[in-house]
Amino acid sequence: MKVKVISRSEEDYTRERTSDLRKVQRNYDPLLHQFEKAKEYTRALNAAKLNRIFAKPFLAALQHDDGVTCLARNPKLVNSIVAGSADGDIRIWDIPRERTLRRLVGHTGAVKGISFAPDGETCVSASTDATVKLWKVPYAPFEAGVVQDDAEAVFEFQGKNAFRGIDHHWDRSTFATAGVAVDIWDHSRSEPIQTFTWGSDTVTSVRFNPAEPDVFASTGSDRAITLYDLRQATPLRKMVMQTRSNALAWNPMEPFNFTAANEDCCLYTFDMRKLGSALCVHKDFVSAVMDVDYSPTGREFVAGSYDRSLRIFSVSGGHSREVYTTKRMQRVFAVRFSGDATYVFSGSDDMNVRCWKAKASEQLGIRLPREKHKQAYNDALLERYKHMPEVKRIVRHRHLPAAIYKAAKMRRTVVESDKRKLQRRIEHSAPGSIVVQTERKKKILAQVE
Amino acid sequence: MAEGEPPTPGEARKSSKKRKNVRDPDATETAKRLKRGPAVNLKSITDKKLKGKLRRAEAVFNSSRKKAIQVNEWLLPATAGTLEAEGIERTWKFKQEDIVQAVDVTAARKVFDLSLPELGPYKLSFTRNGRFMLLGGSLGHLAIMDWQRAHLVCEVQVREAVRDVVFLHNETFFAAAQKKYVYVYDKRGLEVHCLQDHTLVNALDFLPHHFLLTSIGEYGVLRYQDTSTGHIVAQHKTHLGPCSVMRHNPYNGVIMLGHARGCVTMWTPNLTTAAVKMLCHTGPVNALAVDPSGTYMATAGMDSQIKVWDVRMLRPMHTYYSHAPVTSMDISQRGLLAVGYGRKLQIWQDALRNKAKSPYLNHNLPGVMEAFRFCPYEDVLGIGHSAGISTILVPGAGEPNFDSFVANPFQTVKARQHQEVAALLDKLQPDSIVLDPDIIGRVRKEPADVARQRREEEAAANTARLVAMRREAEAKDKMKGKNKPSRRHRKKQNNIIEDRKPAIKERQKEEAARRKEAAEKNETAIPKDAPRAVRRFYK
Repeated sequence: MKVKVISRSEEDYTRERTSDLRKVQRNYDPLLHQFEKAKEYTRALNAAKLNRIFAKPFLAALQHDDGVTCLARNPKLVNSIVAGSADGDIRIWDIPRERTLRRLVGHTGAVKGISFAPDGETCVSASTDATVKLWKVPYAPFEAGVVQDDAEAVFEFQGKNAFRGIDHHWDRSTFATAGVAVDIWDHSRSEPIQTFTWGSDTVTSVRFNPAEPDVFASTGSDRAITLYDLRQATPLRKMVMQTRSNALAWNPMEPFNFTAANEDCCLYTFDMRKLGSALCVHKDFVSAVMDVDYSPTGREFVAGSYDRSLRIFSVSGGHSREVYTTKRMQRVFAVRFSGDATYVFSGSDDMNVRCWKAKASEQLGIRLPREKHKQAYNDALLERYKHMPEVKRIVRHRHLPAAIYKAAKMRRTVVESDKRKLQRRIEHSAPGSIVVQTERKKKILAQVE
Repeated sequence: MAEGEPPTPGEARKSSKKRKNVRDPDATETAKRLKRGPAVNLKSITDKKLKGKLRRAEAVFNSSRKKAIQVNEWLLPATAGTLEAEGIERTWKFKQEDIVQAVDVTAARKVFDLSLPELGPYKLSFTRNGRFMLLGGSLGHLAIMDWQRAHLVCEVQVREAVRDVVFLHNETFFAAAQKKYVYVYDKRGLEVHCLQDHTLVNALDFLPHHFLLTSIGEYGVLRYQDTSTGHIVAQHKTHLGPCSVMRHNPYNGVIMLGHARGCVTMWTPNLTTAAVKMLCHTGPVNALAVDPSGTYMATAGMDSQIKVWDVRMLRPMHTYYSHAPVTSMDISQRGLLAVGYGRKLQIWQDALRNKAKSPYLNHNLPGVMEAFRFCPYEDVLGIGHSAGISTILVPGAGEPNFDSFVANPFQTVKARQHQEVAALLDKLQPDSIVLDPDIIGRVRKEPADVARQRREEEAAANTARLVAMRREAEAKDKMKGKNKPSRRHRKKQNNIIEDRKPAIKERQKEEAARRKEAAEKNETAIPKDAPRAVRRFYK
């Protein structure tokens, strides 16, 4: 007879000394791994619950003396942010140590916009006192403790009327200001080198395209978004909407797309080549959206609104993936994403600049490879099971203040009843007599060249 | 061609082709199992984003599956046991002594006979990794031993009748069904819990992934108790009398009971009645066994028949006729069926998928058999009988390659603690036990579709009901009294024309359309120069 029986020698399966590695045997036969799907689902549920337990996004509040009206991110430094307030005070913040590095004094009116030059050492600020000031921005010192020092402007540009916004070019030493009209300035000239006007309405914000060096866009109080080219004397094209846009941000990874924060509580993403229809309508706010900024990854953006909340949206998502509110945070006027896409800053009416985590349950700091792997596994599980009702309920759940909750509920009932009425009207009228406009085109009134 | 010359490219291609065809049949089986079902049909999806996502997911899955196949084919350290008869020999003629002499010392040490004749017939249970064995003698002898190293972990005499014993999630706890209640003991032999809800229990079982201890006894009540939280999850009255045959299906976690009426019932914690009730034998069901993949079930009844069923389709497959009624049965990890009658034990190979003609091994016991179990990951069968405990070698019974993250026979204390924590974190909820575990995570049809279908079905059923009622009313004889209350009521019911409403509406629409058409036609029929007074004659 020929016999063979399983006989394992202990040396092959155990280690000799504690300094040796433990031996791990793997057999991928599914017969040994029963209940795979049920286990995965249980793990996804646990991951969703853990994410909610560890969702502590608020990090720090940096105090000003008056409401914060604008924020600016240094393109070369990740750990600092510049904030301008309504009393003309500009502060450079060292975020890890939560201290003011410099107070840039000089403005007598509210600071409406700050923007950095491409070298990361100079910044320009525009204010309602009709001046634009150029400042030198120092690096953060290494010693701890209070460092705050006052600094004066290096150069001052005098304008004729109050300025509403400013944006510095990402490559050249020119910047654009928004006010009565769009002015293009140069560091070495005291008068604007170019002016763009179309109509007699104020221009509220201006932004340069991150890839095309000569293209920029502006939002105005005539409810329009205008595209310009520096090489031409007049603006290129204007798109008029039903309500005014408060701010605009270009997608850094898809530079032909931009998102506009509108007064009708929505954000609209457009392709600049095809302004006839929005790419996506982002709805979740209950009051006017004041500011919007893209993440450096180009996959999501943050928006702050008059309803005391800030929301993070994904580029193609019609609804927000995250909402941050605090009792102490009043109307949010400025928002910025940090340079490494990990943090989000909000400047609000209650005189504070707040730092939040972009992913609320993320563990910051140095993580072990095993922790990173577990986090990636949890994210993949949630991605796979996000459609399951129990998982969806937990992932979506956010606590909202009563005012926002009730306002959102009211808006929902209004929208639903409008939809119902429209459907009934269509049912009971001649087919083809009622033309329904898609959401993406509804709010666009006209395009003018 | 000279010996030293390398093969030409043509020859090399031929030899590589040859190498490909030679494949281990086990490996092909595993490769098929690793596929885990058919791929997604990408052609029917119109949404480009979804299609791209699914294509990427399928590519990742295929690459990981290929790696797993390679690992399983080349990197596994051990191969399964075999027993081959040469010439005119037959495997069932081989005795244990011959097998033990032919194998190496480590394997030979696994075969032993523990003589414990005073403390009653023994029942036994193995831990999931096959390292520890729990003995329970009917007169109250409980012991845990590391049977491969002949090391006694604990021993306790409870001085009460013990009807069944089972290990909980690992060797640190076990449960014993004693005279009145079920007791939980520590691995030192100390009584930890007295579960007073479980009374007069005949059989115990443990679901390892759900941490559920199940019991069935004289009252015919099936109880599920969660041993991690201590709650009773479900109690089902079987209404089928006392029961002592209970097994769990390792594939989907349902409990199968064999009753005195000859029926086998399958239970889940969610349903208060049996999920499945099958009539298997004409007499009481004596023994029950399920294979680890949850495909086959073997039942044995007092009518001396052993039937093999396809559990997923609930269809009978084969019937074997035994010379005596079977007292206990077990199926090993690799599908070997062990059948015991009295003092005789028979092991059948490949008796589940195909009908086997002859047994694989035979064995005679020193005492009357009580129960036996195959040891996981070993080629050993442990038998509890009236004279003690015996183990025999059954080549090819156990899975040769274990997975350390599932069950590790060489587990250290730290590894056991980690595994306990991981198992508790991954503990499945009892309401996830269903007959087909594949439906978890599946998406049902869109609610809109289902709702529309339901509405249509309801409308159809409503129409049918009202039509039937009206027909019945019309068929009734006209009676003398025209204003009876019952007649009035019936008239009222018949006057409900809800089912006619859509039909009437349709007809109205058609009428309106026809009239419109006619009006248009009429207008064109009237000549233009005709005076207005004459127009009515043209209509």
